[in-house]
Amino acid sequence: MNRFSFARLIALLRKETIQVMRDSMTLRMIIAIPIMQLFLFGYAINSDPKHLPAGLLSVDASKYERTIAAALNNSGYYNLQQIRTEQEADEGLARGDLMFVVEIPPGFDRAVDRGENPSVLIDADATDPSAIGNAVSALNSVLADFNRDLPPIHQALPQTPATNFVVHARYNPEQLTVLNIVPGLIVIVLTFSTLFVTTLAITRERERGTMENLLAMPVRPIEVMIAKIIPYVFIGYVQVGLILVASVVFFDLPVRGSLPLLLGALGLFIASNLALGVTFSTIASNQMQAVQLAQFTLMPSFMLSGFMFPFRGMPVWAQVFGNLIPTTHAMRIVRGMLLKGNGWNEIASDVWPMAAFTVAVIVFAVWRYRETLD
Amino acid sequence: MNDLVIDVRDLSRSFGDLKVVEGLSLQVARGEICGFLGANGSGKTTTIRMLCGLLAPDGGSGTCIGYDILRQAHDIRRQVGYMTQRFSLYDDLTVFENLDFVAAVFEMPNRRAAVAEMIERMGLGDRRDQLAGQLSGGWKQRLALSACVLHGPKLLLLDEPTAGVDVKARREFWDLIHDMAVDGLTTLVSTHYMDEAERCSRIVYLAQGRIVVQGGAAAVIGGSGLVTFEATGEGIDAAARRLRGAPGVEAAGVFGRALHIAGMDRTALQAAVRAEGDGLEWREVEPRLEDVFIHMLSVEEARR
Ligand SMILES: Nc1ncnc2c1ncn2[C@@H]1O[C@H](COP(=O)(O)OP(=O)(O)O)[C@@H](O)[C@H]1O
Ligand SMILES: [Mg+2]
Repeated sequence: MNRFSFARLIALLRKETIQVMRDSMTLRMIIAIPIMQLFLFGYAINSDPKHLPAGLLSVDASKYERTIAAALNNSGYYNLQQIRTEQEADEGLARGDLMFVVEIPPGFDRAVDRGENPSVLIDADATDPSAIGNAVSALNSVLADFNRDLPPIHQALPQTPATNFVVHARYNPEQLTVLNIVPGLIVIVLTFSTLFVTTLAITRERERGTMENLLAMPVRPIEVMIAKIIPYVFIGYVQVGLILVASVVFFDLPVRGSLPLLLGALGLFIASNLALGVTFSTIASNQMQAVQLAQFTLMPSFMLSGFMFPFRGMPVWAQVFGNLIPTTHAMRIVRGMLLKGNGWNEIASDVWPMAAFTVAVIVFAVWRYRETLD
Repeated sequence: MNDLVIDVRDLSRSFGDLKVVEGLSLQVARGEICGFLGANGSGKTTTIRMLCGLLAPDGGSGTCIGYDILRQAHDIRRQVGYMTQRFSLYDDLTVFENLDFVAAVFEMPNRRAAVAEMIERMGLGDRRDQLAGQLSGGWKQRLALSACVLHGPKLLLLDEPTAGVDVKARREFWDLIHDMAVDGLTTLVSTHYMDEAERCSRIVYLAQGRIVVQGGAAAVIGGSGLVTFEATGEGIDAAARRLRGAPGVEAAGVFGRALHIAGMDRTALQAAVRAEGDGLEWREVEPRLEDVFIHMLSVEEARR
């Protein structure tokens, strides 16, 4: 009999670690690329576009309307133009001619004068949340400007603002601010950087001819798999550390949830990707195929995880499919923990699917791992 | 347990339509050094792989070190030292790290000591911390052999272990194998070198996946039915050229200062010799192993 042996696992782990550490070129890339991607995407997102086309829709003429319009224009983010009808507003948004429609409700002046705090409705085209994120954030200062420009009688009661903005994110109700992008980006960058490192693990042994020797020795498939995964989990943590620090420093990312819990969940996420990579490596007959298999899964991770499109807005089949992908769950966990300060109770329902995925994938890989050269 | 370390019957294996091994039966006793010969592509590597469970045979059965080759591959692996035809240790690990890895995977109790001793015994001390990928051919072979005897196997399967190794290193290699045979280690070794074949207690000759001849060197030579003549004198090179196409002459070549011709038909050979006239001094000699194998190779080629 030849059962699982911890001593053999340690031997394999030592060998893999030496090999990983000695491959300094790959190692440098593994560390550098995620950081580069983060900055590339992050700054593309953070590009802070200004003078966005906005339509001003008002039913009746209003004296405050001009004050609001001026405040919006002065913020630098809005470039207002008068529009006449709801239809014109809808078409403008749909075509992309307008990023915003600012709607002043009927009887606005009177409501402000009475201190009723009426709402100004802002319809935003949120398909590209990064584009409008800063413009939306700027509304607070617009409000302050507006208050300052009001007649003194209203300013005497600063605790009840004269008006407020209700932002309605069209097309993309989930994602509004840049803050939503960075956590998602962390997950996407991690998917990129962890999926590929192990796809070559087994095919490399096969192509270098070392597989024959490995197979001739009394090692178990599961030992080989785990030994291929673990060194990269540590490297994955180095990546996580760098990415988190960079996000906090450069993108003002808040970290509201428990950091150890976050790291634990990300560790599981990394392991699930690495396991998937090893599986590709097991079923592919050469490195090229393994890489292609991995690329094939990147697309759904990107599209169906809730990174590109709001998850709840997707058709049911896409949601079902998306829920199978670890990236989807990691996306929810990271967003929830970083932005909302979620804890274990909130994330548990996303942790189990990732764990199940990892186990299933490893079981499949072990089943497919040929202990012969056939 | 019987004394046959390898005992397999009717092994066969094909790749696609190509029958690589067919009806191969082989018995090797404990302590034997069995030489595995045959042209490239005759199925030596495939057979060796089936013996250690790396390839599943399509048909046939048998045991290796008393374990079933079909069902107990894991047990076989623990007690076999397999040296692959192509270097298959890790190029990016040092000599020591490679050996240490092998020792650890075999869960050797006194790993460090065993590795140190092996490095000492194989003269790898100076290269202990060199990357395996940077070793020259001969040293790589030596490292590979060290790795496959390290865990004290009962059977060595060596696939062309001395290809590309200098004469001295080959001599040392074989001395080592003989030393270990004394302690009861059984060896199956494939080779293309005749001097190595002569050092085997038994030769197994494979052609197109079938065993054509087996036995000791003398028996193989005796059983071949080959006749060889040798000539010395002036102009043997020219005579060799003339004789190469002569009827009944299968091979004619000059070795040192003698011309050597071989064929199956004594009368035809004698006629060819007579036709050469009196310039050379002829005598019949015992065929050498090399003559026999060249003969078998040409028979094989003719059959294709
Ligand atoms: N994995 C394989 N797939 C297809 N053909 C193979 C495979 N391995 C060996 N062969 C073929 O089987 C034949 C015998 O190969 P091999 O056993 O390596 O011969 P030898 O070791 O005697 O040179 C060759 O023609 C080779 O091309
Ligand atoms: Mg071969």
